[in-house]
Amino acid sequence: MFKIEKRPIPSGKWNWGAPVVAVLLTMVFGGALFAVLGVNPFLALEKIFYEPLFGEYAFYYRPQLMVKAAPLILIAIGLSLGFRAGIWNIGAEGQYIIGALCGAGLALALYPMELFILLPLMVIAGAIGGALWGLIPAVLKVRFGTNEILVSLMLVYVAEQLLASMALGLMKNPEGMGFPGSRNLQQYPSAHNAEIISGTGMHWGVVAALIAVIFAYIVLSRHMFGFSLRMSGMAPRAARFAGVNPTRMVLICMGISGGLAGMAGLFEIAGPAGQVSIDFNVGYGFTAIIVAFLGRLNPIGILLAGVLMALTYIGGEITQSQMGLPLAAIQVFQGMLLFFLLAMDLLTNYRFRPTAKEAA
Amino acid sequence: MKLIKHLATATMALGVATGAMAAGHGEKTKVGFVYVGPVGDGGWTYEHNEGRLAVEEHFGDQVETVFVESVPEGPDSERVMTQMALEGADLIFTTSFGYMDPTINVASKFPDVKFEHATGYKTADNVSVYSARFYEGRAVQGLIAGNLTESNIIGYIGSYPIPEVIRGINSAYIQAKKVNPDVEFKIVWAYTWFDPAKEADAAKVLIEQGADVILQHTDSTAPQAAAQEAGNVYTFGQASDMIEYAPMPRVSSIIDNWAPYYIERTQAVIDGTWETANTWDGIGAGMVGIGEITDAVPADVKEAALALKDAIASGEVHPFTGPLNKQDGSAWLAEGETADDGTLAGMNFYVEGITGEIPQ
Repeated sequence: MFKIEKRPIPSGKWNWGAPVVAVLLTMVFGGALFAVLGVNPFLALEKIFYEPLFGEYAFYYRPQLMVKAAPLILIAIGLSLGFRAGIWNIGAEGQYIIGALCGAGLALALYPMELFILLPLMVIAGAIGGALWGLIPAVLKVRFGTNEILVSLMLVYVAEQLLASMALGLMKNPEGMGFPGSRNLQQYPSAHNAEIISGTGMHWGVVAALIAVIFAYIVLSRHMFGFSLRMSGMAPRAARFAGVNPTRMVLICMGISGGLAGMAGLFEIAGPAGQVSIDFNVGYGFTAIIVAFLGRLNPIGILLAGVLMALTYIGGEITQSQMGLPLAAIQVFQGMLLFFLLAMDLLTNYRFRPTAKEAA
Repeated sequence: MKLIKHLATATMALGVATGAMAAGHGEKTKVGFVYVGPVGDGGWTYEHNEGRLAVEEHFGDQVETVFVESVPEGPDSERVMTQMALEGADLIFTTSFGYMDPTINVASKFPDVKFEHATGYKTADNVSVYSARFYEGRAVQGLIAGNLTESNIIGYIGSYPIPEVIRGINSAYIQAKKVNPDVEFKIVWAYTWFDPAKEADAAKVLIEQGADVILQHTDSTAPQAAAQEAGNVYTFGQASDMIEYAPMPRVSSIIDNWAPYYIERTQAVIDGTWETANTWDGIGAGMVGIGEITDAVPADVKEAALALKDAIASGEVHPFTGPLNKQDGSAWLAEGETADDGTLAGMNFYVEGITGEIPQ
């Protein structure tokens, strides 16, 4: 027989093998689910994974993939830093909203002044807004010992109410005939986070996400701060002996992840979304948590995971409209991905060992 | 714009392709629907989907319909619409207010595709808007509610404080006040169109505050369930008939009936007679239906309600007829004067007698 035994250190091979196996298992079981629903599973999987990348309309879907993946990656990179150090920022969705509100608020206040540095200023405002929102649970944690998971999560709902209030009140479009929603920043040239090269989907948020990936990679592998981060997560006591200040660690991690989430929100509201509206946030802050883990908290992994996640969204829509697959099936499919990944992680941290036969 | 060129080429290529197919198989008109909720919400999206099914049934093989459900308002909806247009949709219904700017954006890229946006106000050469005069149904509800209440407290679950919802509150209040001068409205804002948990909470709060009739402008049946549990509380179905809760607590309902409109517009596309329109139909045109009034309502009240319904349908009675003052006491409509559509469309004030403020 076998027994399950904890590995002394997580298996490097399985660390990267687990996501691959999880994706394959998801395809197998997801395909079975589609088959039960009366849809050709091979066709459905082709529509999800192949069509957006290489299908007839790939010229449209590929840029869209970047638009959809960029905020996920940007947020997930920030979260991964904290997660590595055992600091759990679950409220990126709120920081995303506040960042968007701060940046958009700045633009709406200056409307219709054309100012060539307006967009950069908005990005800074967004980052600061998100960082401050992220620092609330951080300060409460280091000052009063509150749990950052709960506080950051609760602040998401506060941010949502604030967003609704802004869309209905302060930031409402004065020319909108009483309807909720702000002016559309896409029609305000200085504030518009437009595509850098038309038709490529490449807006400044995509650039920021790529920079964040590279930056995080360097920090984690080459910089003392990255080392302190990893040590705090793996061996908090050892980290303290090595001179890592846990208070500072919490503040820095929450601040950075909040700032990146805020920036993601700003890029979204000034670009693809365009408007402060009641339902502006669509869950990027939560999905980014999945992306961070799917990417093994590794910057390159997160980049790939973000694109994979975006692929399931866009491919999922294609299967809906072309094959009549219900949205719930797509959501189950996405859920399976995380489920199998967590299950496969067993192999990363544990190993199966044949138990020695006892002497009769 | 490179993308537009790309898209234009693609649509042209597609046009050629469908044209070629037309020669062989007879041309099928493709109609797309973008839904904000799940088709099983039992309310708003459910009724739009019923309209879609009616189109399929009416035209049979002549028409093919596609839909994508639970599409977030914003860039995601823009992608879904683009995808439908790329895949050859001739007519696309976008069925939520938040799809307004995305619809306009996509429509400008696909001049040959017709778009129909529900409940918005922006039109273009290939974009029509349509909505229903739900407030006419609210008047009938108000009359029944004013008669039924014994505590003289009527609870109202609002979704978002936007003109459409405020119009409904005012319309119901005016009729309720007419039949019961002591009546009082308690309004709770749920800030959602569909969230069974929040809606149930709102209903419970209102019941605790003494409301024995509850009107809702949210789409789930959760308030009905809460009322059933409390006993002796009356409710009305919203958007859909919600007949499963009849005869108590659901005593009547407002039913959105989009089928005639969808069939008419699809026919116009087939005939090549489609033109930009701004449609706002009510009970008379059959877009707003009043669900069966159950025996829980006294016979004389039922008779009065049906009489009001007929009078509104024939245009004899307008739910907003003076003398009416605004909440602050300032004069709005003089004796016999009726509200104009412009004021109704942007309604952002309560009528005199309603307490509380519209959230800003």
